[in-house]
Amino acid sequence: MDVATLTAHDCRDLLAGREVSAVELTRAYLDRIAQVDDVVQAYLAVDEAGALAAAAAVDAKPRDERLTWEGVPIGLKDILCVKGMETTCASRILKGYIPPYDATVIAKLRAAGLIFLGKLNMDEFAMGSSTENSAFKTTRNPWDPDRVPGGSSGGSAACVAAALAPWALGTDTGGSIRQPASLCGVVGLKPTYGAVSRYGLIAFASSLDQIGPLTHDVRDAAALLDLIAGRDPLDCTSTGLIEPAGPPEGDSLKGLRFGVIKEFTGEACDAGVRRTFDSAVKAIGTLGGVCEEVSLPSVERGIAAYYLIAPSEASSNLARFDGVRYGHRHAGSQDLNEMYVRTRSEGFGAEVKRRIMIGTHALSAGYYDAYYAQAQRTRTLIIQDFADAFDHFDFLISPTSPTVAFKIGERVADPLAMYCSDLCTIPVSLAALPAVSVPAGFSDGLPVGLQIIGPHFSERNLLSMAHAFEQHVQVGTVAPLRAGSAEVTP
Amino acid sequence: MSAAGIGHDVWEAVIGLEIHVQLNTRTKMFCGCEVTFGEPPNTKVCPICLGHPGVLPVTNEKAVEHATRIALALNCRIAERTIFHRKNYFYPDLPKAYQISQYDLPLGIGGYLDVEMDDGSNLRVGITRVHMEEDAGKLVHAGGASGRIDGADYSLVDFNRGGTPLVEIVSEPDISTPDQARAYLVQLRNLVEQLGVSDVNMEEGSLRCDANVSVRRPGEPLGVKTELKNMNSFRFLHRGLEAEIERQVTALEAGERVVQETVHFDPATGTVSTLRSKEEAHDYRYFPEPDLTPIVLDAAFVDRVRAALPELPAARKERLVSQFDLAPKDAALLAANKPLGDYFEALAAATGDARISVNWVLGDFSAHVNSTGLQVAESPVTVELLAGLLGLVANGTLSGKMAKEVFETMAETGQSAGEIVAEKGLGQISDADELEAIINRIVSANPGPAEEFRQGREKILGFFVGQVMKETRGQANPQLVNELLRKHLSSA
Repeated sequence: MDVATLTAHDCRDLLAGREVSAVELTRAYLDRIAQVDDVVQAYLAVDEAGALAAAAAVDAKPRDERLTWEGVPIGLKDILCVKGMETTCASRILKGYIPPYDATVIAKLRAAGLIFLGKLNMDEFAMGSSTENSAFKTTRNPWDPDRVPGGSSGGSAACVAAALAPWALGTDTGGSIRQPASLCGVVGLKPTYGAVSRYGLIAFASSLDQIGPLTHDVRDAAALLDLIAGRDPLDCTSTGLIEPAGPPEGDSLKGLRFGVIKEFTGEACDAGVRRTFDSAVKAIGTLGGVCEEVSLPSVERGIAAYYLIAPSEASSNLARFDGVRYGHRHAGSQDLNEMYVRTRSEGFGAEVKRRIMIGTHALSAGYYDAYYAQAQRTRTLIIQDFADAFDHFDFLISPTSPTVAFKIGERVADPLAMYCSDLCTIPVSLAALPAVSVPAGFSDGLPVGLQIIGPHFSERNLLSMAHAFEQHVQVGTVAPLRAGSAEVTP
Repeated sequence: MSAAGIGHDVWEAVIGLEIHVQLNTRTKMFCGCEVTFGEPPNTKVCPICLGHPGVLPVTNEKAVEHATRIALALNCRIAERTIFHRKNYFYPDLPKAYQISQYDLPLGIGGYLDVEMDDGSNLRVGITRVHMEEDAGKLVHAGGASGRIDGADYSLVDFNRGGTPLVEIVSEPDISTPDQARAYLVQLRNLVEQLGVSDVNMEEGSLRCDANVSVRRPGEPLGVKTELKNMNSFRFLHRGLEAEIERQVTALEAGERVVQETVHFDPATGTVSTLRSKEEAHDYRYFPEPDLTPIVLDAAFVDRVRAALPELPAARKERLVSQFDLAPKDAALLAANKPLGDYFEALAAATGDARISVNWVLGDFSAHVNSTGLQVAESPVTVELLAGLLGLVANGTLSGKMAKEVFETMAETGQSAGEIVAEKGLGQISDADELEAIINRIVSANPGPAEEFRQGREKILGFFVGQVMKETRGQANPQLVNELLRKHLSSA
């Protein structure tokens, strides 16, 4: 069977209508991975045996006892702990690490009967915007294999765009779901901070990290969010959602007010992105929405604040990788200090080391107030600017990324250029707001995403709005792919 | 203020203590693992307290309550809003490479403890702060001479202790002698024990003490302080402080300087040595723990904890004096030791005689628990058993001397006084008929001495008493024997 055009809802319906068994469906995705992933390189590890066994167990269950999503496959960013499945965060320091426990979202998906196809590539410890910082492989953008898929959830976005799973989980700290979703032409949702438990998500920046869906359409995103959201006693920063996110309703945006964030448009963006964004604004108008420019002056300091807060938390979160209990350890050290230094020197990549050093410095005695504390004050200003904007607007919009997918290697040597990939997404993360990137069209054949931002815990309205937009613009989300010489098309 | 005198100069020490108390909650500070002592290594652990990737802490509510009890008992102000910080440093016993602790918003601040000194004077020691944190694991170093990680062949880590709730109590530098430091620590230990929130056992490490020490000439500004570690008994605290004060004074008198450093007390040699200098000191890079939300301690919570506080030693001492008319010294001893104080009060209630009860509790009973090393609750001599024994003394069945014998047996076997008396045939013969029969026989058998008595030789009565005692193997009630003999000898 051809899975290349299937959404998760399609998979569910095929299973429910007995048109396909869970094993057949899983097999079909595994076949497509075998056929196509040589080009895309989305997966770090495919659990063929585990996936087929889980699918067989679903098929063995009486139909009337099956849950809604039972038997639907999914791909998982390798930052999520899955009991018994190697979880590396795309880092050498965790090579061979097999978690003894399931992340809360994994336990939820397991209980719902989803089939785990495997672990998806990412920037090491989610630090990056191109997935080039993976210690193990370079994932390619399915729309143009010479280009990056974005990051850090580049494996998850490429996986969905190449139909190597009907949907996938990613994580977003400063844009790591939305930016790759935009660059790969799929839907990516970062929920409100606290909507989804972080337990079992290997921490990069604890006050920013959130798990969210990458999907072909908004309906799938809402369904997957509802599967994973909820207050978790194991994560005291989790609150869950106030109401279920889906299914999205309505096809009109009549009466809704949209603020177009001035600082994220205009000169900040490439011309092609700007053109696509302008037509998205027109589309919103056609649907009855009212768009108006709004200025959030503090967001221009978002990247600066983010690159102090996130590395500070990371420098502490990543300190546990010391070679004592699990993961890589340098062999043959003469003393404790040498063991620490060599283990971490060998285990971490350059970007991770850079951020650990920035964060360590920012928290140091004598620098804390000037850096970390100052960044937190800036964060408060950004939160306030967004709150003020939501007094006047139902949603805020911007391009998700200032550019389309860039060439592999293009920004590797220029960290600042790389950091600017997240210009439009980082301030939203600092304000803990929910935001979704929805395909809005193409520029030079490469996808452009529209970022829609809502108030805290507005996921239901946000996704309904995104759904109305998506139904109107009708942008394809599966990339035409070439595997070797044979063309693999939807 | 007293002072340490060396040579011709007089020096005064300035001491502040940092005390760590392990809480006796059922589970650890941030995970559901059981808090234990002495279990096989690494059996009371989980992904959270082992610091696995992706895990998150969740604060133990009971631990917050226990810590609040301590802070309130030390007269601290309780923060309405308190937060955790991360204290970052690398060490193999610290799985996350940071300790979740508190920094600038601790649970309690600005308290004090009134310490009663041996001479009856009072020393008020200010409490700077009371805060919550988690314990580290335990390292065992194999090989190497120092017992430290440097030079060891290899080191093993046991994470059972890792994550155990700790409360740190930081005092103001209000202490100026090793005696005062010891008295403060002892009375703080007693206080915390009475709160029921910790085992406060220095040997097992559930009570630990570090000291900040400096010396100066009276009236001069504070000297450079050192941090003194590894004093895991009351005696070592005293000896460690003495050694460190002497070291500092000797250095200053020789024209040298005291440098800010962490020093380690070696009980084997009684000396201190440098652990790390200021240059090697950690920059802990404290920052607010993003994985934990702030704890709001509202007035209702604080009131509830305050209302549930037990009677504290100072108040109990006052009450024991007024309620039972005890000597202040005895009352202080009972108030300082909650189980013993409880034992006394139960015994006094059962016997109705506080004077005799206090003598027994502080006398034979204390000697018994001290010599056996038993906790009061573990002693076979329950309040009921001892009350039964004292009842037999009160009704004349046992003499004071015999009661001590019965107590010894009771302490070994846990039998009741009645059982012991019956088994050993120890009860006094107070049956007048039984004694009269014996006396009749003895008087008849000794007509000569009987005649002497009638002629006024009073002293001969002792001879007859001796005979009766011999016959009864000493169990006759001596008072009754006297009375009956007089009657018989006069009338015969």
